[in-house]
Amino acid sequence: MEPFEGVDYMNFDSLLTEEERMIRDTAREWVSRRVAPIIEEHHRNATFPDELIPEMAELGFLGASIEGYGCPGLGGVAYGLIMQELERGDSGLRSFASVQGGLVMYPIFSYGSEEQKDRWLPPMGEGKAIGCFGLTEPDFGSHAEGMITRAEDKGDHYLLNGAKMWITNGCVADVAVVWAKIDGRVMGFLVEKGTPGYSTRRQKHKFSLRASVTSELILQDVKIPKENLLPGTENINMKGPLSCLTQARYGIAWGAIGAGMACYDAALKYGADRIQFGRPLNSFQLYQRKLAEMITEITKGQLLNLQVGRLKEAGKMHPSHVSMAKRNGCYWGLEIAREARDMLGANGITDEYVVGRHMCNLESVKTYEGTHDIHTMIIGQRVTGLSAFAN
Amino acid sequence: MQITVCVAVTPSTETKVKVAPDGKSLDVAEVKFELNPYDEFALEEALRLREARGEGQVEVLTVGDGSQKEEIRKCLARGADSAAILKADTSAADSAAIAGALAARIGAGASQVVFFGKQAVDGDNSQVPAHVAVALDWPLVGKVSKLAFDGDSFTAQREIEGGVEIIEGRLPAVFSAEKGLNEPRYPSLKGIMAAKKKPLEEVEVQLEAARVTCLSLGLPPARPEGRIVGEGAAVAAEVVRLLKEEAKVI
Repeated sequence: MEPFEGVDYMNFDSLLTEEERMIRDTAREWVSRRVAPIIEEHHRNATFPDELIPEMAELGFLGASIEGYGCPGLGGVAYGLIMQELERGDSGLRSFASVQGGLVMYPIFSYGSEEQKDRWLPPMGEGKAIGCFGLTEPDFGSHAEGMITRAEDKGDHYLLNGAKMWITNGCVADVAVVWAKIDGRVMGFLVEKGTPGYSTRRQKHKFSLRASVTSELILQDVKIPKENLLPGTENINMKGPLSCLTQARYGIAWGAIGAGMACYDAALKYGADRIQFGRPLNSFQLYQRKLAEMITEITKGQLLNLQVGRLKEAGKMHPSHVSMAKRNGCYWGLEIAREARDMLGANGITDEYVVGRHMCNLESVKTYEGTHDIHTMIIGQRVTGLSAFAN
Repeated sequence: MQITVCVAVTPSTETKVKVAPDGKSLDVAEVKFELNPYDEFALEEALRLREARGEGQVEVLTVGDGSQKEEIRKCLARGADSAAILKADTSAADSAAIAGALAARIGAGASQVVFFGKQAVDGDNSQVPAHVAVALDWPLVGKVSKLAFDGDSFTAQREIEGGVEIIEGRLPAVFSAEKGLNEPRYPSLKGIMAAKKKPLEEVEVQLEAARVTCLSLGLPPARPEGRIVGEGAAVAAEVVRLLKEEAKVI
């Protein structure tokens, strides 16, 4: 596998610290050496590369921004750069890391009891326990607050009933963070694999995120001990799950640009080698216009992500900042992938090249964790002060 | 046990080589520098030796103008305990001069084992390990593909033309690493964070005058386009004639 030299049009690297560059380079090299050679096969067979989990853990990619519990405690930008590189490999791989770190370790770290943190965070960072996050339901996607899943306080335990859908890592997870309503308020519960009444079903036949496990979670009279409530979520309603989504969306913003970088790189290399009408495609105006558009949007996306990352590190990041970066990254990542597919002509539809896979993956990435339109409304609400959501 | 790893920071193997206007050096304007690939095996072997002993210190040494810092920091991130850049103007230095600076530093310390990559991919001279071994009066085993230690003794394996050579010896010694000696590790995030706090010294040194001088540096001539002589067995004689008389290869 040839090394990936990155996409850096205007010395973006000079805005990073030496440590951030080193972390990015580690992730970049690992993806080139370990992910790129095997990912098409997994995508073809619809399997997740389980064999990479111990390596990701060893390098510190799982829960990389968590402080303590054996985790590295990285700053926002360094974490974002890892997500960018993982998704340059495959969106499924980045999704795995986002879910583990942003959607499971983060709520346990932020809202969990000391016992819950001690029990789950170290093995999750080591990749020995896998987590999943159950918020979306078959009938409640963007309108997550309308969820049907219920928890009842039965005195010495909680009783959970409901179903969750489109859950990354669902079937393979040792623990699920399940969001359910008690008396109309949303709270988070830890549901462990093997609990009677809790089952999962793999969602098959996807044409996107094929190298990622997507599942339904079914909760039928699931008795869970009282100590499995995430105590910090008791009185904050939707702020609980939304705060987790902010973490994961932040990583997606970087990741989608990473996938865009992979597609731009593929189109540029293809255009150098592919001769038509006696000269390389790269020498044609229309081809150059497309490359110019791609690298301009990648550069803008990198700078937007970096600023959100610096705000995150300074404790000044607002969820609406993340919405802008997530919306922008996914929109342009997908546009770049589609354009690259077009530029590769017929070759672009085979999995000999990365662009088709990224293009299909990014359809999911644009949709999950707040669709493009939902983020549009979050930005709209921020600038007008008026909510355009129903009710 | 003190272990030394001598490394070089060299142009990326992906570099499109351009000669500078002076005609004897590399135009480094768009060159990305990285740790010499063979040195990764040297560093990994040093880390494994320290881990196997359960004690010891691994020091990384390089000679350079100071611009090597980021790559040297990566060695610390991979697990070396300390590093030093022996700072000097290396623009006209030869292998012996570089080796002299390294040997002086190693000789003044308590190191028992020195690892190198088998060659640096810029000059491809493979001379520095030998010069250092001579200066220290230590044995050198070059291009090692397998290495085992037992107390102060070592057994090294080298791939030679059509076979394998097994060599025994005692420390102190110098080794140069062949590709495949081990599988080098990546710097982990924790390693990278810890590297910030590890000592990275910069020491001004004076290099001996170079005894060899590079006169010129040039790119190989562009390969001429191929020629189709004809098709089928009938042209074999003509091909042989051309190979003999024009190309003069047979």
